[in-house]
Amino acid sequence: MDDFYREVIIDRYKNPQLRGELDPHDYSYQDDNPLCGDEIRIDLRVNDDGVVTDAAFTGHGCAISMASADLLVESIIGKPLEEIKNLAKEDILELLGIELGPVRLKCALLSLKVLKAGVYGMETLEEELL
Amino acid sequence: MMTPMQALDTRKIRADFPVLAREVRPGIPLVYLDNAATSQKPASVIQVMSHYYEHMNANIHRGIHQLAEDATIAYEEARGSIAKFIGAATWQEIVFTRNTTESLNLVAYSWGRNKLQAGDRVLLTEMEHHANIVPWHMLAEAHGVALDFVPVLDDGTLDLEAYKALLDKSPKLVSFTHMSNVLGTINPVHEMTRLAHEAGALVIIDGAQSVPHLPVNVTEMDVDFYAFSSHKMLGPTGIGVLYGKKDLLHAMPPFLGGGDMIRKVKLDGFSTNDPPYKFEAGTPAIAEALGFEAAISYLEGLGMESVHAHEEEIIRYALERLEEVPGLKVYGPGPEVRGGVASFTFEGIHPHDVAQILDEGGIAVRAGHHCAMPIHDKFSIPATTRASFYIYNTTDEVDALIEGLYKVKQVFG
Repeated sequence: MDDFYREVIIDRYKNPQLRGELDPHDYSYQDDNPLCGDEIRIDLRVNDDGVVTDAAFTGHGCAISMASADLLVESIIGKPLEEIKNLAKEDILELLGIELGPVRLKCALLSLKVLKAGVYGMETLEEELL
Repeated sequence: MMTPMQALDTRKIRADFPVLAREVRPGIPLVYLDNAATSQKPASVIQVMSHYYEHMNANIHRGIHQLAEDATIAYEEARGSIAKFIGAATWQEIVFTRNTTESLNLVAYSWGRNKLQAGDRVLLTEMEHHANIVPWHMLAEAHGVALDFVPVLDDGTLDLEAYKALLDKSPKLVSFTHMSNVLGTINPVHEMTRLAHEAGALVIIDGAQSVPHLPVNVTEMDVDFYAFSSHKMLGPTGIGVLYGKKDLLHAMPPFLGGGDMIRKVKLDGFSTNDPPYKFEAGTPAIAEALGFEAAISYLEGLGMESVHAHEEEIIRYALERLEEVPGLKVYGPGPEVRGGVASFTFEGIHPHDVAQILDEGGIAVRAGHHCAMPIHDKFSIPATTRASFYIYNTTDEVDALIEGLYKVKQVFG
């Protein structure tokens, strides 16, 4: 339990740093995990050089999915979109600092799925991510 | 019932289930509260299946050799035991399927596609499992059949006044669950069946959650079809039953085509076998049928009245204790019309997180929508945590659950 619900996860879940919507935004995308009903929307602002200047998320879900969304969104601010393309499962797990089984992995990766779909229109990423 | 009603000896029962001796992780015993998903299996069921493979394994029905004959007799005896267990008039009314889902699909496909026309109505309820919604959605799409749903009241019971009003629309079929897998509600099957018949509709019951836990007699209830699975009642996965009244099964076209379901095959056509074989194409789950029979024999040894009484006692206690936990809300009716299922939400904590932390303490529950999204929509919740009980569960395990829930609260402070 100590491993799973590390302080950072509980803390991010209860006090997310980047929860909200951006208006105006350059990218906005929403998706859900039909297995458990989790929903995440991510908004991005991007400058002329293709660098993310602002990012935020909204949605509802378990602690793992919300914490990973908050951490992911935070981690991409200041990064070029090109770099986001290469983000993978391992990056999310590193942000969370835990190992996850296949079911909970879906919770953790929903935000990355939303982000990649929103930025690159990649719709069928699940298999690729897992 | 033949068996005199007596309290279950859970200590003795638990010793019959090898998996219950397992530690989930070192030093952490298993508290298995996910019985509505699937039950554990007693040693007798496991042994019967091993014995079959070690001594009897053969394909059934057309073999001439001794093994084939032994296997055929054992398989058909299993069918007879199941017929007796649910009070069917004859073994010919017991069709073996893979599970409840396949049984319901069989009716939707074979009966529905042939007996229903565009504009005909099928009446379901809001508390159905997806297995009793999606086959009818598929039929609606393919055949233009119209679906109606009996609303669920705030207390988790069906709105029977609305049911009567919907019967006035003259549905051809009414299909509903005997016991909800989320709310635990035990529906008044006798009364609902009588009303449906008076309105001229056939009745199919999803018995996945009821046959394992309650005395069920299909002839007494006068239902037309009844579907259930082995794996939720101590038996193996991969085998289930469709009970159907003999005349109805006779009048239905086959479902899957292949071996065993035919009488004669020529290059220009085929004629079908009699029910139940007409609906059993291909080599069936033979070892599983024997395991299923062993499961039924185990339950008969306890007596279904006793099984039900035990679960009523557990759920009564569980509901009381769950109510003590601040921020926790249980959905569904009181213990007098509820089986051993308690689905709940925990203020501000996602069901997945609840289940995960409970698992750390060896407590197995389910989290999600339990294949019943519409009923969750009804209560405006995305998901619930569900604890479900069976013959081997004890009030001590309910206490362990409550203690686990306080730990969850602590983690999320």
